[in-house]
Amino acid sequence: MAAPGSALVVERHARVYRRTWRGSVISTFLNPILYLLAMGLGLGSLVDDGGGSIQLDIPYLNFLAPGLLAAATMMTAAGESLYPVMAGMKWSKSYHDALATPISTRNLVAGHFGWVTVRILFTSVVFTGMMVAFGAIEIGTALLVIPPSVLGGLAFAGPVSAYAAQLENETGLAALFRFVITPLFLFSGTFYPIEVLPDWMEPIAFVTPLWHSVETTRAVALGIDTTWAPIFHYGVMVAFLLVGAVIADRFFHKRLVV
Amino acid sequence: MTEALVRATNLTKRFGDFTAVDSVDFTVQPGEVFGFLGPNGAGKSSTMKMIGAVSPVTEGELSVFGLDPATDGSAIRHRLGVVPQENLLDTELTVFENLFIYGRYFDLPKTLIRERIDELLDFAQLADRREDLVDPLSGGMKRRLTIARALINQPDLMLLDEPTTGLDPQARHALWDRLYRLKQQGVTLIITTHYMDEAEQLCDRLVIMDEGKIAAEGSPRALIDGYTTREVVELRFPVGHEVGESELDGLAKRVEVLPDRTLLYTDSAEQTLADLTERALDVESTIVRRATLEDVFLRLTGRSLVD
Repeated sequence: MAAPGSALVVERHARVYRRTWRGSVISTFLNPILYLLAMGLGLGSLVDDGGGSIQLDIPYLNFLAPGLLAAATMMTAAGESLYPVMAGMKWSKSYHDALATPISTRNLVAGHFGWVTVRILFTSVVFTGMMVAFGAIEIGTALLVIPPSVLGGLAFAGPVSAYAAQLENETGLAALFRFVITPLFLFSGTFYPIEVLPDWMEPIAFVTPLWHSVETTRAVALGIDTTWAPIFHYGVMVAFLLVGAVIADRFFHKRLVV
Repeated sequence: MTEALVRATNLTKRFGDFTAVDSVDFTVQPGEVFGFLGPNGAGKSSTMKMIGAVSPVTEGELSVFGLDPATDGSAIRHRLGVVPQENLLDTELTVFENLFIYGRYFDLPKTLIRERIDELLDFAQLADRREDLVDPLSGGMKRRLTIARALINQPDLMLLDEPTTGLDPQARHALWDRLYRLKQQGVTLIITTHYMDEAEQLCDRLVIMDEGKIAAEGSPRALIDGYTTREVVELRFPVGHEVGESELDGLAKRVEVLPDRTLLYTDSAEQTLADLTERALDVESTIVRRATLEDVFLRLTGRSLVD
């Protein structure tokens, strides 16, 4: 079975990371601080004082933080599934290298998912730690928001790595961030409930994983109900994870086995 | 009789409409150094990738260690050492880390990998670069590291795709020396090359490939004896004084007129030179040499190996 080979691929990622972790670790710690400061406290002070059409009975910081957490795991998963995948296929060709050994393309895909899980788990733990430090969440609840945020991130690993696997050049990498990841970040309920958007925009949020991740993470954080029944939200994320894995497996095979 | 390590029958590889490898047959016996000699685009690398169980066979049969690459790819690759055309090294990592990570892909125990790395770094003459990053290493060093890495699982069969392309003469000789040692240790090697001197130096047996087909097969000596004469007289004429083949009639068994020189294939260079002097042709320079695989290739395909 594919399991040992996949674990060896995760081990390889970890060994490479041990040498290259500095840049990404700084952003893992710095991003939550910057966003929680600027949006949570800065913008939050205006929201909390003003009379918007939707009144919050909690500080804006507490509303916003779980949304930012869900978005952060998405960013990490997308980042890990774009440049490293392209590098493995085309630049350093580390995938080709691995395939000369007993490792299979399926091992590479499973190993990729394994490594992305490690990375977004780290992102999520650091982010929730910052939320506690900012007083946006209690420690006990903080532990509970980690699973939905990690699942939400993983929902992106398959589609994004499959997309990266078939790219011929790097312009497509920036395009995904510009036209997909950033709009999702802005319009999936991270900063405000999607009900305030024009009606035609709401369905877009329904079919993308981030909104479901924001919904479930926020519901757990604030102890409120999700918009839909939780099973639907979790179902969409699990579906993205599983279908994404199958598609990524196909695309990796198609690109690497010729 | 020993079982062949690699056996190919009507082996074919197509990419869409393009046929890269066109129904070739060959066998590789344990302990030998087997070569694919041919120009770029002859189908050598495609053949290697099929043997390496990374590229699916389009048609025909291929067995490696008696196994089918389509179903037992992982088991085959477990016993292979692969040196690809490009050095696919992790340039952000050290020499040691590159070897270690590769060894882990074979699921080897960590202590065993460390022992082997010490031996392999000595073999590759890289012991003093152990903790250095790969990026600043010279081309020859990277090549030796790639070969060392391919040996981490103590393979039964090594696949070397253009092992010395892009290296300076000194680095090439250093590398040939390492490959020669492997051969003496009984490792079976399959090499692709477009350098006839490399094929002559290293290979016990080789096939000459051109346009996806095998043009000839044999030991370097047998191919030279079978397809060309013992000696070659190379003539260069002054620019603008090209000499027609008719003027060279009877001087040699066979005459090849190339753009930059004319080759006379003869069993006795001495006799040919004497006859040449008698005809008083306007020759700028004359070189006598023994025939090589380059001459075999020219005879078989009408073209030079290296353009």
